[in-house]
Amino acid sequence: MQNKIYHRIEQIAGNVIVVKADDVINGELAQVDSAQGTSLAQVIRLEGENVFLQVFAGSRGIGTDAKVRFLGRTMQVPFSDNLLGRVFTGSGTPRDKGPVIEENMIPIGGPSVNPAKRIIPRNMVRTGIPMIDVFNTLVESQKLPIFSVAGEPYNDLLAQIALQAEVDVIILGGMGLKHDDYLFFRDKLDESGALSRTVMFVHTASDPTVECLLVPDIALAVAEKFALEDKRVLVLLTDMTNFADSMKEVAITMEQIPSNRGYPGDLYSQLAARYEKAVDFEGSGSITILAVTTMPGDDVTHPVPDNTGYITEGQFYLKNRRIEPFGSLSRLKQQVNNRTREDHRTIMDTMIQLYANYKETLEKQSMGFRMSDWDSKLLKYGERFEAEMMNISVNVPLEQALDNGWRIMADCFEPSETGIASKFTEKFWPKG
Amino acid sequence: MSENIGNIIGVNSNLLRVRFEKPVIQNEVAYACSGGLKLKAEVIRVRGNTAELQVFEDTVGLKVGDPVEFTGDLLAVELGPGLLSQVFDGLQNPLPALAEECGFFLQRGTYLHALPRDAKWAYTPKVKIGDTVAAGDTLGTVPEGIFEHRIMVPFGLRGKWTVEAATPAGEYTVEKVVAVLKDDKGYTVDAKMMQIWPVKMPIKCYTERLRPTESMATKLRTIDTFFPVAKGGTYCIPGPFGAGKTVLQQITSRNAEVDVVIVAACGERAGEVVETLREFPELTDPRTGKSLMERTLIICNTSSMPVAAREASVYTGVTLAEYYRQMGLDVLLLADSTSRWAQALREMSGRLEEIPGEEAFPAYLESVIASFYERGGVVRLNDGTLGSVTIGGTVSPAGGNFEEPVTQATLKVVGAFHGLSRSRSDARRYPAIDPLDSWSKYPSVVDEADVAIARKVLRGGNEVNQMMKVVGEEGTSIEDFVFYLKSEYIDATYLQQNAFNETDAANSVDRQKYVFSKLLKIMQTKMTFADKNQARSFFQRLTQTCKDWNSSEFGSDEFKKIEEQMDKMLAEVSDYAE
Repeated sequence: MQNKIYHRIEQIAGNVIVVKADDVINGELAQVDSAQGTSLAQVIRLEGENVFLQVFAGSRGIGTDAKVRFLGRTMQVPFSDNLLGRVFTGSGTPRDKGPVIEENMIPIGGPSVNPAKRIIPRNMVRTGIPMIDVFNTLVESQKLPIFSVAGEPYNDLLAQIALQAEVDVIILGGMGLKHDDYLFFRDKLDESGALSRTVMFVHTASDPTVECLLVPDIALAVAEKFALEDKRVLVLLTDMTNFADSMKEVAITMEQIPSNRGYPGDLYSQLAARYEKAVDFEGSGSITILAVTTMPGDDVTHPVPDNTGYITEGQFYLKNRRIEPFGSLSRLKQQVNNRTREDHRTIMDTMIQLYANYKETLEKQSMGFRMSDWDSKLLKYGERFEAEMMNISVNVPLEQALDNGWRIMADCFEPSETGIASKFTEKFWPKG
Repeated sequence: MSENIGNIIGVNSNLLRVRFEKPVIQNEVAYACSGGLKLKAEVIRVRGNTAELQVFEDTVGLKVGDPVEFTGDLLAVELGPGLLSQVFDGLQNPLPALAEECGFFLQRGTYLHALPRDAKWAYTPKVKIGDTVAAGDTLGTVPEGIFEHRIMVPFGLRGKWTVEAATPAGEYTVEKVVAVLKDDKGYTVDAKMMQIWPVKMPIKCYTERLRPTESMATKLRTIDTFFPVAKGGTYCIPGPFGAGKTVLQQITSRNAEVDVVIVAACGERAGEVVETLREFPELTDPRTGKSLMERTLIICNTSSMPVAAREASVYTGVTLAEYYRQMGLDVLLLADSTSRWAQALREMSGRLEEIPGEEAFPAYLESVIASFYERGGVVRLNDGTLGSVTIGGTVSPAGGNFEEPVTQATLKVVGAFHGLSRSRSDARRYPAIDPLDSWSKYPSVVDEADVAIARKVLRGGNEVNQMMKVVGEEGTSIEDFVFYLKSEYIDATYLQQNAFNETDAANSVDRQKYVFSKLLKIMQTKMTFADKNQARSFFQRLTQTCKDWNSSEFGSDEFKKIEEQMDKMLAEVSDYAE
């Protein structure tokens, strides 16, 4: 490979620089040396002699005489078991004090899985959180976003799921993370000993925007390799809205025509390309993706959550520090919740219905209507349900959560009032 | 090897700019060559001696100066026996065969024949030497699964042709020449068992287009009775995410009373296609007793597959539909979702730096959507038989707002609108087709006048419900309240259908007619109740009984028993004073 060095930068706009060069391939990496130091850059467009490069560290401090050396290869990431327990930046350099890993480089952003090789998901991922396990079961190979307003404890929830989920490898992709949040994840995983099966790719809010764009691809490329080695991989991405915003920033710099609220027209395809990496390989491992999408202004019709909702297999709504039972949905739960315990679906349907009734009663109460006996029962039930089932810090196995459900109902109602078929109440209704 | 070679002068994502010397054709296929890879592309704009091409693959690795081979052919599909029960990507690559070749991933630059070249078909000729034929006429037939697959005179031939040579009956592959045709100028053409047709051109080998009037039963009560679809008609299903568009399409693909179903999964989740892929071979088609897969063809270009191929996939789907229509069959094309297709147009338009229209969609969006839906229709073929292509497209409007350009452009050209509503799906009222907003221009399976009565009850009930939210139940008269309960009753027992209950999931037209007449009787019965509580509990019981009725086999003893029970309940509250 030739390693010719180019000295003259033709244009600098946003994080994109233009040099005149030939024999450069689309997507190629280059090294840019300037007074500010060295950064990687990637070719994003070719126009005759002009080569458009996206500089990972940003264009600040780059002079028109900066040196550009093309590396003759596209973006790669190392892959080996040595990645476990390590923390990297969005461009794959170590963020911790560990050594640089350069073995077994693999390309990122690879081709998509042949739909004919996919299989119908069939394994539940146990998280120990009743609102997930009982009501919106997470399924291996599912892609699910957590829709949340800024300020909700979404990172806590993500960390908690990561710690409790029975998976082999956890890959965390942090985009625009606050430094505190990054430390929070690291400490939390370390405390519980899960760090040794975790790889972290972290872009913090103060890092260059372009690195944010690379995080999902790099995280998913590594995940894919682990999955092909028979590992069950859980990928956590937070926060995808930052990823979309970075994409918007680059698109605008490149003078692309914006479609909706400034986002590029290919927002859907870009998000889908990442989320669709979730897969269950026949006869091998799997990738499950949980991603945080913060909703600006709690608006679910904002382009990012809206497009995400069309791509993912359901969503968890995090609201008032709880997973909302009504907006939340796991599209794949039907695939698994008939094989857990026979009363699973019954508990799921009945408890939600009763909770909906409780909400109606609350409304009536707030309007000053008189409360009937039934209403008082519902009020008691609703409070118990919120405290013992909806609380995201509760950590119990599914079976115990189902038993808790029966106990709460037994404390509040007569069996006939729940509308549960008698074959279940005879078997499961707590006696005495 | 092609003679016409150009060179890349620019790469912008999946858009190539290519300098060429010899003439090029708009929409012709070209291959960008790089390091042993050949990436398929299509010419989409020509300016001076620069052509702009959309590449159907990832363009990483291409560089300025790389050669581009122009083929001189438009983007086309292979038509012939062996298409049914196949799974193709948007460019008609067979995905299972691709999986055998490349494993888990879709490697770029690998293109396979859509029709297997080694499979043999039992050919029976239908013409003899000296016969006069025209494009679309049958030359012979081969059995394909449940059909007699017609081998036809190539659709591109113009005028009258004489059969010069006809191949006798026998077992042949798709590349076998089955007839030699000669026109009056002495020019001869070999007609093979398979033919090639460009996807963006409608096949027009028929004598006339007819108005779609015959209903296409989907076995969903809401659709067939209230918002029917005709054979050869077009309809759209817009709805926000989670409202059940795809489930509705899946149910329709299973139950619709047509000969062939083509599912074009365009830019949607791969997981949903997998369900169809893995489940259909296990299900039996009640019309033929064979596997459902035998009448199904899947075009699958899911959201993470290249975006330009997504644009092609709906055309591939509709071209295959037209091909089976030419055999006198009723074909249903389900496109999920047309919004993703429109977005693919938008992405390319943006890269071409065209002046954007509303929400950055290209200005030609409406005409492109219109010409796609116009490919549906009922036609009288050259031999007098009828064939139809019915098109049903889902639309995924941004933010669930139907005012957006794709929904609006679609509504202008379709014959029926099944709008899904978030509030209905939140209330778990499935199918979530909004009974007040939706419409259809096709005739219902039951009497129109009767449907009008039911519609009036639904509308009136909704008004009462709105009013009750303001004045409360106390402020509503018992007559109004009963009216409201009646509308809720129609909703609960007729509009809503339980897709998980085998009997309830699919209702034959006969059953719909029968049940609807009963419903009508209930609507028109004047009822007296002591108070609202009594009325409510009566309708709760009636609804529960009717749901049992819905899940009992039509005409069975149980069905009759429950019906009697309902009659008895009705008699108790009927007011015979009038």
